[in-house]
Amino acid sequence: MVSESPTPEIHVSWRALDSLAPGQQGAVVALRGPEAVTTKLAEAGFVPGALITLVRRAPLGSPLEVAVDGARFTLRAEDASAVLLHDAR
Amino acid sequence: MRGEVMTGARTLALVGNPNVGKTALFNALTGLHQRVANHPGITVERHEGELKGSHGQVRLLDLPGVRSLAPRSPDEAITSATLLDEGNAPALEGLLLVLDATQLRRGLFLLSQVLETGLPLLVCVNMADEARAEGVPVDTNGLARALGGIEVLAVSALKGDGVAALRQRLLAGPLVAPAQPRLADIAGVHTTLRPSRARWQAQRRGVEEASLVQEEAAARWRFAATVLADVKTTAANKLRQRSDRIDRGVLHPVFGPFIFVAVMGVVFQAVFTFATPAADAIEAAVAFAGEGLRAGLGSSLITDLLVDGALAGVGAVIVFLPQVLLLFLLLILLEDSGYLSRAAFIADKPFAYIGLSGRSFAPWLSSFACAVPGILGLRSIEDQRERRIAMFAAPLLTCSARLPVYTLLISAFVPRSDVLGFLSLQGLVLLGLYLLGILLAILAAALYDRVLKSGARLPLLLELPPYRFPAMHTVGLRLMQRAGMFLRRAGTLILVFSVLVWALTAFPRPERAPETSSERAAAIESSIAGRIGHWIEPAIEPLGQDWRIGIGLVASFAAREVFNSTLSVVYAVETPDGADADARLADTLAGARDARTGALSFTLPTVLGLLAFYAVALQCISTIAVVARESGSWRFALMQFVFFALGAWMLAWLTRTAALAAGLG
Ligand SMILES: Nc1nc2c(ncn2[C@@H]2O[C@H](COP(=O)(O)OP(=O)(O)O)[C@@H](O)[C@H]2O)c(=O)[nH]1
Ligand SMILES: [Mg+2]
Repeated sequence: MVSESPTPEIHVSWRALDSLAPGQQGAVVALRGPEAVTTKLAEAGFVPGALITLVRRAPLGSPLEVAVDGARFTLRAEDASAVLLHDAR
Repeated sequence: MRGEVMTGARTLALVGNPNVGKTALFNALTGLHQRVANHPGITVERHEGELKGSHGQVRLLDLPGVRSLAPRSPDEAITSATLLDEGNAPALEGLLLVLDATQLRRGLFLLSQVLETGLPLLVCVNMADEARAEGVPVDTNGLARALGGIEVLAVSALKGDGVAALRQRLLAGPLVAPAQPRLADIAGVHTTLRPSRARWQAQRRGVEEASLVQEEAAARWRFAATVLADVKTTAANKLRQRSDRIDRGVLHPVFGPFIFVAVMGVVFQAVFTFATPAADAIEAAVAFAGEGLRAGLGSSLITDLLVDGALAGVGAVIVFLPQVLLLFLLLILLEDSGYLSRAAFIADKPFAYIGLSGRSFAPWLSSFACAVPGILGLRSIEDQRERRIAMFAAPLLTCSARLPVYTLLISAFVPRSDVLGFLSLQGLVLLGLYLLGILLAILAAALYDRVLKSGARLPLLLELPPYRFPAMHTVGLRLMQRAGMFLRRAGTLILVFSVLVWALTAFPRPERAPETSSERAAAIESSIAGRIGHWIEPAIEPLGQDWRIGIGLVASFAAREVFNSTLSVVYAVETPDGADADARLADTLAGARDARTGALSFTLPTVLGLLAFYAVALQCISTIAVVARESGSWRFALMQFVFFALGAWMLAWLTRTAALAAGLG
């Protein structure tokens, strides 16, 4: 997804955390979604600039295991979609 | 150990992120000198211990781990209440902020908030052994300098390094309040923060509308990064690599679920095979002690009160201990090793279908031993809605108190035949009752999930710590802490109720002390319990039951398995020395006939109905009381009780009717 913007310098392409493949990583651009979710995410270290790795999916496909700042957290796909990353390609 | 007041003692609290080793450090510092106290105002307990030195003593509080001072779960609320409440009962002299040496940045995030409380502070960098193993010992001087002179000590709660020095420091004198302006100086935090104790207090009371805003959190992370800019730090890389190798198998898409089922199977099997003989032995010992007491004291009202009331009550409590302790032990080992959070990770998806999450997994597992620790275990769940749903459905899982009732009825009425040549029919019925409990819990949770208005859900941010070997010396202390909690919550109520139930069955006293079993049966029929039994007979008659079972139902409120001993009295069962009381009772029930019609009192359909009733009904005063306390609402507890009673009646009726229609009579 590419956002519309007047100047090419601030063209930002991003993708949501839940769309990463295991092993891929990216830096947080922003959080979106309800305040209760974003606050908790921010407290856990999901803040702009933080480097996030999607480590693996749970055996049944959900939730995700995510590495952030030396710790590992579980995150359901719907909450992971609140975390927007710089495109990891 | 409880209730003594330490006047004049200095009070310090341990604060830190979850899993940094606060409890391990608390245990290392205080050893056996600990007890549980209630926090004034909120109904949750916290652990207190004391440190004694040649000059003076210090009282230490172990608080639940938090990532931030904005509380969400009842557990986290204790921590922020202890730090922030005005008029706090034991005024805090200061805090021991515990950090994980391999995750310093996370600890400093919390530190940035803790600084704003203005409380004197000592920073303990725990897990120093792990940092050393990485080749980067804790840089205490660098950290203290970067924090503007806050005291920093490195310890390893597990290995004991630095614990003696820490103890000495705590006993030596008061902690020092950090210089406030430092925080604002670092990382330009002042542009987004208006730090003040008053603000946190306002937020705790819900006055300030928004919780921590994102920018504020980002500023705190910047603060943490700036502090660490010139400090040598390390992550637990080796531990992580080992964990990742283990997880490649344990969380494998195919093997993962198998390992999960195998581990849970072993837990169940261990609890039943090892705990059942121990429970039988306790029962026998209590009966033996009762006979001895009766022989020594002669027959009198006091003897009856002691033996049939108090001793039977104590027996009813400790008979649970083998199963509950063994389950606690296994859960502590799974938790400390790191597997329990993986189990929650795996179980999250199925739990999500019924409005729960992987966090409810361990409490539900405990509920198979007893619903009381299960419900207590829900405290750490942040999502209020999930906590309610899990609490509503947990008592339907087959607890160990149902087992004696099931075994009695099944051995008396289910034919001792085999299915397909090798599966025992009796075993299958028991298995069916377990599955029924699980199915009903799932249905109840799903139903309650639909009934509750959907609120904002919190993200499932479970931490997956690296695998560690559980440290055996702290496992023992943890087991003691949990067992103590169980005894206080369930034990005292079971005991009190056993005495009460005894009184219901013993009064009014017959003119002559009953000598034979038939005289005892007559006495219980004319007792208050007997009258209640007659009084509720119309309600249970459609289920094929009479007043005798009515007495059993009333008596089993103390604890379900009291049903058996009560029926022994009601049916005047003779148990000569050395005879198996339950086997005798089973024979008597199988041959019992209705006094008026002469027909058999119990037929297979009636018994199946009774089993179904016990599978659902909330026949347990401890559970009701714990639900009321933990949910903070007697209305919720009563609603649950009534709902389950109606459900039990209907399921029993349906079961009996269906069995009759199928010609099982
Ligand atoms: N290697 C090491 N492990 C520790 C240390 N302190 C605690 N642990 C382990 O870390 C885990 C979490 O400890 P716990 O006391 O429950 O942390 P709490 O959640 O902060 O109370 C347990 O498995 C402990 O055995 C330490 O100093 N070194
Ligand atoms: Mg702890």
